[in-house]
Amino acid sequence: MVTFRLEERERTSYPLALISPLIAVFISLVLAGLLIILAGANPVQSYYELMKGAFGSKNAFAETLARATPIILTGLAASIAFRAKFWNIGAEGQLYFGALATTMFGTGLIVLPSILMIPFLFIMGALAGGLLLLPLVLLKLYYKVDEVVTTLLLNFVVVLLVSYLLEGPWKDPMSLGWPQGKSVVDSGILPQILAKTRLHLGFVIAVFTALSIWLIMNKTIIGYQIKSVGSNASAASHSGLPIFKTTLIVALFSGGMAGMAGVTETAGLKGYLTLDLSPGFGYAGIAVAMLANLNPLGVIFSGIFLASIYVGADAMSRAMNVPTYLADVIVGLTVLSILLSLIFINFKIKFIGNRDND
Amino acid sequence: MENLLKVEKITKKFGNFFANHEINFEVRKGEVLAILGENGAGKTTLMNILFGHYTPDSGNVIFEGHKIDFGNTNSAIKLGIGMVHQHFTLAENLTVLENIMIGKQSIFSLSLPKKDARKKLLRLSEKYGLPINPDSMVTDLSVSEKQRLEILKTLFLDCKLLILDEPTAALTPQETEALFATVREMVELGLSVILISHKLNEILRVSDRIIVLRDGALVGEVNTNSAVRSEIAEMIVGKKIEYPKKQDVKRKSQYLQLTDISYKSLSFPAVQNINLTLSGGQILGIAGVAGNGQTTLAKLLSGHLKPSSGEVLFYENKKVNTSPKSFMNLGLAYIPEDRNSDGLVGEMEIWENVIMTEIDTPYFRNKFGWINKSKSFERATNLCNLYDVRMQSIRQPCRLLSGGNVQKLLLGRWLMRSPKIIIACQPTRGLDEGAIASIQKLLLQARAKGSGIVLISEDLDELLSISDDVAVMYKGALSEPINTEQTDKLSIGLMMAGEGF
Repeated sequence: MVTFRLEERERTSYPLALISPLIAVFISLVLAGLLIILAGANPVQSYYELMKGAFGSKNAFAETLARATPIILTGLAASIAFRAKFWNIGAEGQLYFGALATTMFGTGLIVLPSILMIPFLFIMGALAGGLLLLPLVLLKLYYKVDEVVTTLLLNFVVVLLVSYLLEGPWKDPMSLGWPQGKSVVDSGILPQILAKTRLHLGFVIAVFTALSIWLIMNKTIIGYQIKSVGSNASAASHSGLPIFKTTLIVALFSGGMAGMAGVTETAGLKGYLTLDLSPGFGYAGIAVAMLANLNPLGVIFSGIFLASIYVGADAMSRAMNVPTYLADVIVGLTVLSILLSLIFINFKIKFIGNRDND
Repeated sequence: MENLLKVEKITKKFGNFFANHEINFEVRKGEVLAILGENGAGKTTLMNILFGHYTPDSGNVIFEGHKIDFGNTNSAIKLGIGMVHQHFTLAENLTVLENIMIGKQSIFSLSLPKKDARKKLLRLSEKYGLPINPDSMVTDLSVSEKQRLEILKTLFLDCKLLILDEPTAALTPQETEALFATVREMVELGLSVILISHKLNEILRVSDRIIVLRDGALVGEVNTNSAVRSEIAEMIVGKKIEYPKKQDVKRKSQYLQLTDISYKSLSFPAVQNINLTLSGGQILGIAGVAGNGQTTLAKLLSGHLKPSSGEVLFYENKKVNTSPKSFMNLGLAYIPEDRNSDGLVGEMEIWENVIMTEIDTPYFRNKFGWINKSKSFERATNLCNLYDVRMQSIRQPCRLLSGGNVQKLLLGRWLMRSPKIIIACQPTRGLDEGAIASIQKLLLQARAKGSGIVLISEDLDELLSISDDVAVMYKGALSEPINTEQTDKLSIGLMMAGEGF
């Protein structure tokens, strides 16, 4: 009988930490390939079409990056919160709150020159996202109310609120009956950064945010506090670290970045608020954060990866006549295999051979 | 006497480190074999190999002529090896009988053969003198009853060799005596027992033979009746141990006063009407059996719990709001009981843990909140040198440190702040003789420098040797302090069992 056991590694080597997610992605592509075969297509050719659809032309590439923008921001929201073991599942609602703030302040209430208007909208969006999370984090800190439940359920409340506003008081009278908000004023629109594509300034802001979060997490006292509280809150509090303040800051950061994703979509991609602004970007952020093992720089790449799958899947579907839902399957499998690969990063596998013959 | 177990040339390497190196010994039928050694000497690895949990790199373990199938604990259990771990593995919300039966039933069987199990449990309980009520809930059992249950659980599996890992860690002296009587009873009836402990005095009383491990190798084997305490202690450490001596220190003014402190809640044992004063240069020992409110008292003293009534006053009748941080700012240091879960952040590196109490000091950061790594590294290196924390690098995660080094790091981190008041909760529990001596030495040094120390400990020898006064805690009440010169182990032991309360 050959059995094996897991032994914890003292330290994880960097090459291993980099290679194992790649292997995990490869394995998930192989597994999804089986489904593509079941759907009656050639998997190699399908993946080729997928890659072509995501990166094959300037337009495709720009579309992928544009799609990655909100996912990177919600991914950052999840990664910083999860690092502190604050389980914010509510990025979707916070994103919409950010979008509501953009609509409230960006459609004529205040008009500033572009150079001030854009930062102003991002600040308002971030504040809105953070404020939405504030009562929930206070409930957790004062009454130990489980934030998984509250943040998740509030998503549905917020989406219904958006629906009410867009069908009612905030409905744009010029929209020919469609439930959508008024257009963001010209000075608030995020400029294109690649001509004749939908790629806008939001992507640069998302990448810049990721870099800042990385610096905060790794170089500053506040990042150090977040990591300490996340990995052992009790020891951190015994050493005099402020648990309350740290958790509060984490929640504001996390909700803020999800709110910023609402700004990039409203003021960047669409120009106005709609009911289908986010096809689940808030939830995709959780997958992105997991794929990146909660590393803020990794979130940039895993965000682009996830976006490329979703964007490319449309092209693959058209060329090969397979369902676009395969994109969801690939993403799901990738998250699963990444989570499994974390075991290999943190543990050694020791095979134990048969010892009867000596 | 006949051999029951034979360990042949067991070697186990973790990386380049020999956890066990060519270890040979045997256990005879009907004897108590004690295994002594410092933390990290290889006791746990060896037991895990015996119990079939680890696979050694070479060597064999033969039990009654059968080789143990390594990497498979079921095989060891089937052959008749039973192990009682230091930390209990009981389901609190089940009855005694149900705990006995856990894991022995297939999960697909629909009925529990409770009747037979009850019969067997009662028979074993009578045979070995381990009284227990099969229908009690485990939550309601005392620590010693829980341990009794753990032993019965292994006996229930018809074991012939019982391994007890640090069995007396949470018992009163009286309960320890009772346990040892049971152990003697068991060997009289033909069982063999391996006893792992670091309490030399106890080992010398109960065992037949002693083997000593150091740095993964077997360094000595003696018959207990010809053993000399100091020689064994030196064998364990590999050098002469110098136990610190208490010097006369001039008492300073009063640092801490508790008046009629009570605390009541569901999560911690209650305490009532605690009165206590502590002066600079004084070590006030608090004795008591685990679970009589010492943990609550420690949390009240360190600002982690707010008393329901009563007052905590510092220095010249100063009062502050109750929080760990505000107590810390008044010069209080707190060594928590559970150093692994409350002391250090195991996943973070040594230097990161070193500066954790200091993040408010501008010294370790610039005005933008940027951590100054070179200053932090310097502080960590100094601390590790000063307090003899043995590590490979200050960038190593703390979880890789041994218990003694974790404690030296924790205590050192506080001592760097020159605290006026130290609340030390079980600071030497589970440590080896060498580390115990260094921790006690550090506490006495702090006392000599004028710190007032509340030392909460279950080790009476320690309390009597280093503290100036001892008070006893029993069911949430605290006795008057007694000068250690004017008392002895016996009278404190009786108070721990409730006399005079």
